[in-house]
Amino acid sequence: MVIPVAVVITFAFTAVFVVAAGADPFDAFYRFLVAPLTSPVTLLEVLVSATPILFTGAAVAIAFRAGYYNIGAEGQLLAGAIAAAGLGMVVGALPSLVALPIMVAGGAMAGAAWALLPALLRVRSGIDEVVTTLLLNPVALLLVNALLNGPWRDPETGFPESAPIAASAELPQLVARSRVHLGLVLALAIIAVAWFIITRTSAGLKLRAVGSSPRAAAFAGLDVNGTLLRAALVSGAIAGMAGVSEVAGIQDRLTGGLSAGAGYTGIVVATLGGLTMPGVAAAGLLLGDLRVGAGSAARALDIPSQVGEIVQATLLLVTIAALAIISRRRSTQAGR
Amino acid sequence: MRRGEIHALLGENGAGKTTLMRVVYGLTRPDSGEIVVAGRPVAIRSPKDAIAAGIGMVTQHFSLVRPMTVAENLALGRGSGMRLDLTLAAAAATEASQRLGMRVQPSARVDSLSIGQQQRVEIVKALARDCRVLILDEPTAVLVPQEVEGLFSALRKLAAQGLAIVFISHKLGEVLALTDRVTVLRGGRVEGSAVTAAVDERTLAELMVGRPVVGQERAPAVVGSATRDPLLEVDSLAANKANGLPALRGVSFRVHAREVLGVAGVSGNGQSELVEVLSGTRPLGGGLVKVAGVTLRGGSVPEVIRAGIGRIAEDRQASVVGDLSVAYNLVLERIDDFRKGGRLDEEAIQRNARSLIERFAIRATPQAPVRTLSGGNIQKVLLARVLAREPKVLIVSQPTRGLDVGATEYVRSELLAARERGAAVLLVSEDLDELLALSDRLIVMYEGKVVGALNAAGADRGQLGLLMAGRGSAGAAAEQSA
Repeated sequence: MVIPVAVVITFAFTAVFVVAAGADPFDAFYRFLVAPLTSPVTLLEVLVSATPILFTGAAVAIAFRAGYYNIGAEGQLLAGAIAAAGLGMVVGALPSLVALPIMVAGGAMAGAAWALLPALLRVRSGIDEVVTTLLLNPVALLLVNALLNGPWRDPETGFPESAPIAASAELPQLVARSRVHLGLVLALAIIAVAWFIITRTSAGLKLRAVGSSPRAAAFAGLDVNGTLLRAALVSGAIAGMAGVSEVAGIQDRLTGGLSAGAGYTGIVVATLGGLTMPGVAAAGLLLGDLRVGAGSAARALDIPSQVGEIVQATLLLVTIAALAIISRRRSTQAGR
Repeated sequence: MRRGEIHALLGENGAGKTTLMRVVYGLTRPDSGEIVVAGRPVAIRSPKDAIAAGIGMVTQHFSLVRPMTVAENLALGRGSGMRLDLTLAAAAATEASQRLGMRVQPSARVDSLSIGQQQRVEIVKALARDCRVLILDEPTAVLVPQEVEGLFSALRKLAAQGLAIVFISHKLGEVLALTDRVTVLRGGRVEGSAVTAAVDERTLAELMVGRPVVGQERAPAVVGSATRDPLLEVDSLAANKANGLPALRGVSFRVHAREVLGVAGVSGNGQSELVEVLSGTRPLGGGLVKVAGVTLRGGSVPEVIRAGIGRIAEDRQASVVGDLSVAYNLVLERIDDFRKGGRLDEEAIQRNARSLIERFAIRATPQAPVRTLSGGNIQKVLLARVLAREPKVLIVSQPTRGLDVGATEYVRSELLAARERGAAVLLVSEDLDELLALSDRLIVMYEGKVVGALNAAGADRGQLGLLMAGRGSAGAAAEQSA
């Protein structure tokens, strides 16, 4: 496994920043990684923190597997969140059993819709999706802020937050006196289904073929553009569900900072997980751990919370480097 | 290697020829041993070191920047100062191409050139860097006979100027005709080294494969096949190149059951486009294609496959998904036939793989990723994938390019076996010997048109060469009668 090695190397690199921030690196890394797992309360917080990035990690991994580089999970998440907040305010009369599927489906459709334009541009005109999906992220954030400062501003408090969603539209808690909610189960179920589709179905085999050699796939008669389009929309839909999960599971309303960069962290999760679904589950939990640990380490050791982000970014770079070295070594061994 | 010597490096695929030369050129790190250039041991860690030591190499897969012109590609290798002097690069290209005796247009964009022309650019690039040792990895694989002759005389001229030339080839005749000495590799070891004049073709072949070699046996053409209904009819076919210029201008021919129709021609005269149109990967620009009486709309791979066409494309690597297993690649054209409900029928896929691996003597396990296979075994995977469906029509392009003697023999025998089973085979090849050995009839393409048609038996190489060069229209009448 690459991840444990990458973690050790990452700590060696980032120790410099921890020391510069005036803390003992071993203590800091203990708090980053291990401490969150030692008490039930923080352990549950790790799961809460992992929930959105499990969604976005799966979303990004599916797209990347098809060779579609969706960098827009952040914007698709926000589109899903807008849809969830909007629907949540109007489904109050319905029972949860009806309201929740509507919320999830609506968020998924909004995420897919946000992913549609770049996907069409790529398939029809060959316009690079890395640029277009990325550029739509700030557009989605501006849309959220426009809503929160305009029509959806909370009428009672006047804060730039939407009015709370109906109680029947909230994702139920899983563990009493914790924030762990049904979104976690939904994320894990999606990862399981995605795993099954990618590894066990003909659609998954086509996706893998298109992703790893589009020319050979086209030569064999596979529908390359159709596969890309479907992968892009499914990816957007799953990212949209992350938005539903945060609105209906944690915030109970639309807020400006609800994503906390989960869309971008999803790229880290997908890459760390080697674009496989078991890998995404493991990497999602690891980064959830790190997110919680970075927060408590910052408080306990009085170091900037950005150190946690430095660790996370370094972990990504080290993993990519490790994967590149491995694949290069493999190709020199296999190469003639 | 001596100064002014042309030295052949001979061996089957996987014998280590390319690996050895990649080590010399700094593309692969050696585990041990040393390289001595002009009496001095040198450490070659990258192509940069090799170039500095006076070593140039033309690899099988070209290292040209495709959207750039020839002159720009040359300028890339010469990094002298900040200023980009394209006039100088163009002059160097012209000078080097004159030394070679091959025309190369400095202002041409590389992606508008045929594979054969791109290779000339590679050779010119190496020459323009003033190398003392020139390594050529299968340089003749993409050339027509006339060009091969031109290349040979050029190489002799360069050798006379003191250049040492390593010539990697599978073609024994070329080795005998061109080289001064020959070294045979097998399984990563030197099997023997000799003065070329002192050995014959058979001895070399046996050294290469380690067993005696037999030639192709081929049943005679079926008498009167032309009077039966054709399986593949192509009428006034037109198609454009990627750049929008016409590639095919009114191509017409027929291929009957139990017949191999060979397509000869200098590379870049429309053969690739013809194959692509018939393979469904390039849209029809006009005209008519019928398979067993059914008209194709064109531009769709599934349609072509459904009509009963089997395709062996020129670019093997672009026909397989390297990361996927042999078993998956064998079902790539019909994944949906291997489903149980929504799931992949893994058991059937493995069973299919095991039986095809045995039938086509593929040296690999079903689970092995295709990228770990040799060129010959990849070609066998492609043959197995196509022939397992018993296609009515086979469209085959350069089926043995870059394959060793054993694999070549095998691929050719499978193509002839398909013909025996009643398939119509369209064979495009730049290897005249192959065309003459396998075809019943030949057509010659020049500038997007069929300029000649003749029976393969008793075909005259001189006449073929003239037709391929666009001179003489002999056989135009024969095409009408075919």
